[in-house]
Amino acid sequence: MIYAQSPLAVGLFVTFVLSVLGLSFYLARRTTSAAGYYAAGGQIHWFVNGIAFAGDYLSAASFLGICGMIATAGYDGFLYSIGYLAGWVVALFLVAEPMKRLGKFTFTDALDSKFNSKGIQLTAAISTLLVSVFYLIPQMVGAGVLVQPLLGMPHYVGVLIVGIVVTLIVATAGMASTTYVQFMKGGMLLVFSTILVVGVLGRGLSTNPDQGGRKAYHEFKALTAQAGADGALQLSDPSYAVPADWKTGALGKAGYVRLTKDGRDSVWKVKETAGGYALAETLFSKELSDGTKLYNGLPKEKGAFFPVGAVKELKIDGKEVAQTGPLGPLGFLSAVKNSTVTLWGKTIVKEGDGLTTVYYQKPTSGAKILRPGLKFKVDNSTGTQKFNFISLMLALFCGTAALPHILIRYYTVPSQAAARKSTIVAISAIGFFYILTLFMGLGAMTNGVINLNDDNMSAPLLALSFGVVLFSIISSLAFATVLGTVSGLIVAASGAVAHDLMDNFFGMKMSDHNKVLAGKVSAVVVGCIAIYLGIIFEGMNVSFLVGWAFAVAASANLPAILMILFWKKTTAQGVATSIVVGMVSAMGLILLSPDMWALYGKLPANAPISFNSPALVSVPLSFLALVVVSMLTQKAAVPVTAKAA
Amino acid sequence: MGHGPAVKLGEDKASGYKAKLGVYLFVFYTLAYVVFVGISVLQPSLMESAFMGQTFAVAYGMVLIVSAFVLAIVYNHFCSRAEQRLNN
Repeated sequence: MIYAQSPLAVGLFVTFVLSVLGLSFYLARRTTSAAGYYAAGGQIHWFVNGIAFAGDYLSAASFLGICGMIATAGYDGFLYSIGYLAGWVVALFLVAEPMKRLGKFTFTDALDSKFNSKGIQLTAAISTLLVSVFYLIPQMVGAGVLVQPLLGMPHYVGVLIVGIVVTLIVATAGMASTTYVQFMKGGMLLVFSTILVVGVLGRGLSTNPDQGGRKAYHEFKALTAQAGADGALQLSDPSYAVPADWKTGALGKAGYVRLTKDGRDSVWKVKETAGGYALAETLFSKELSDGTKLYNGLPKEKGAFFPVGAVKELKIDGKEVAQTGPLGPLGFLSAVKNSTVTLWGKTIVKEGDGLTTVYYQKPTSGAKILRPGLKFKVDNSTGTQKFNFISLMLALFCGTAALPHILIRYYTVPSQAAARKSTIVAISAIGFFYILTLFMGLGAMTNGVINLNDDNMSAPLLALSFGVVLFSIISSLAFATVLGTVSGLIVAASGAVAHDLMDNFFGMKMSDHNKVLAGKVSAVVVGCIAIYLGIIFEGMNVSFLVGWAFAVAASANLPAILMILFWKKTTAQGVATSIVVGMVSAMGLILLSPDMWALYGKLPANAPISFNSPALVSVPLSFLALVVVSMLTQKAAVPVTAKAA
Repeated sequence: MGHGPAVKLGEDKASGYKAKLGVYLFVFYTLAYVVFVGISVLQPSLMESAFMGQTFAVAYGMVLIVSAFVLAIVYNHFCSRAEQRLNN
């Protein structure tokens, strides 16, 4: 095991949970009206709302996913930080104040403000539910994944804890308690991420990252070899045994050789040289046909699968050094740029007794790590690869300002100016955090803490390299991250059910008290569904669902929002059609994509379409649908205000 | 129909000015973002070149993040002034 359970982490998490539950029950006594439940009475201070925006937005995907991706793929992970933040510019300059002006409790309110259209109420509510559920599932599964290694509890316990706590938070005081949970989480995330980065910079870089003397870095061995006259491999270290089929077996054909020493297997990458062969030690995991998993030839608990990540050649001012000592932020980045870092490639080999995953060393220049191209193919890329990249960056740019659980935060502040100011606080907090992700990711990359089987744990493991206290804080913070985001999603989803569908679409005439009751019951139902989905999706890598949420939000919601604000000829039919076209086209393209074909167990090359990110098709299509249908339904466009006049 | 803001909002005579300024700043930032994506796709090797001690990609990425904050402050400054001028 790379990490062990920490009682301190459990204690901190329990303290946080009890605090937020106590606050929720306290606020519940003051939450008696629908405005109080759905919009916290519209009286939240803009600064609190801005940090709560950060707490709502910075999900486990941001905190754990981006740090992990930067740790293993460098700048390509940071592209997400840049794209996600750019989306907030759309929110501030185009959406913030009009959303506050037009809406009441939900995102659907703003779209429907001029029309009172059943079509908009239904389609926007469905879009809200779809986006919220896509966002919710990875958070709930993430809670289960986190609870296993950190607290030593089974997956379903993590899902149940988060599901029950969040449902209680939302069902007691709705948006009021959700706001303060997100505020606390957002604030703590910023403070402790900053502390972690200060630690990384203070430690500097080293070619032998021993985690401040806590743990020696595994020294990866290298061997030389020659092929004998009989074809056998003769190693420079004869204590290793070589199988006879070293070249013809499945591993051999893939460029590796399995060696045995003292009864224990190891896998080496084989490279042909002028004088014979050079062998480099790898890490490998194996899933046997009976489901047993071995890590470097041994069961997981033996701890044979050590963490990795180190600078191979460290250069400062053109001179090679062993360590740098403390560095400033710019000095740290330029030291990485001028050095060579050992990254890790992955090969999956099908052998007779199971599937072997080999992780091999890939020394990479820092300049290549700090530019796009390690994960996304941009050099000598095909048209499809270019299309994919542009489409992804478009989805990140357009998705943020169309996420329903983010947009409803605009209703919690008292004025349009407060909506604007809270967005600026959000941009500051989120932008600062995203800058920190670069240092946390590169810190994990160079401090010997990456678990190649699960790079999502890079940030907590980086914290562990500074001691168990910081690890416990960061781990409990990871749970708090899930709580904050899930509570926002449940408020958005329950608002779509109780306010958009029950109250508006089905026209149930509810009293203010019953509206609150409907919201609370919806929150409990949505919470139960979230728990169920979190449990049944156990073991599935569902992080791609966040990408779906962004693509669907960008395609279904943003065109409708922007055209209502900036095109006077927009009609209710146009808006409803645009939402449906955006939703269906984005989902359809995703389901037909090569990535999904691989998930279905088919060859990605056989997928009907060759790109994975749909936004570059579905967003323009949604705009087009809105314009065409609005032009065709001009006579039907009778705004409510005109009717009233 | 149950729409309209949850709290009572006064008339905002500056909303037209703020919307127009928002569009200008949005277009400005979007152009910078488009150029960033364009270079990444069309001339990726340029992203590796050195710029003030960093790779161009790091420098450009940081500028995009920091400029979002700077533009937000500028936007708020002019919006607040317009609100004071037109709403009081």
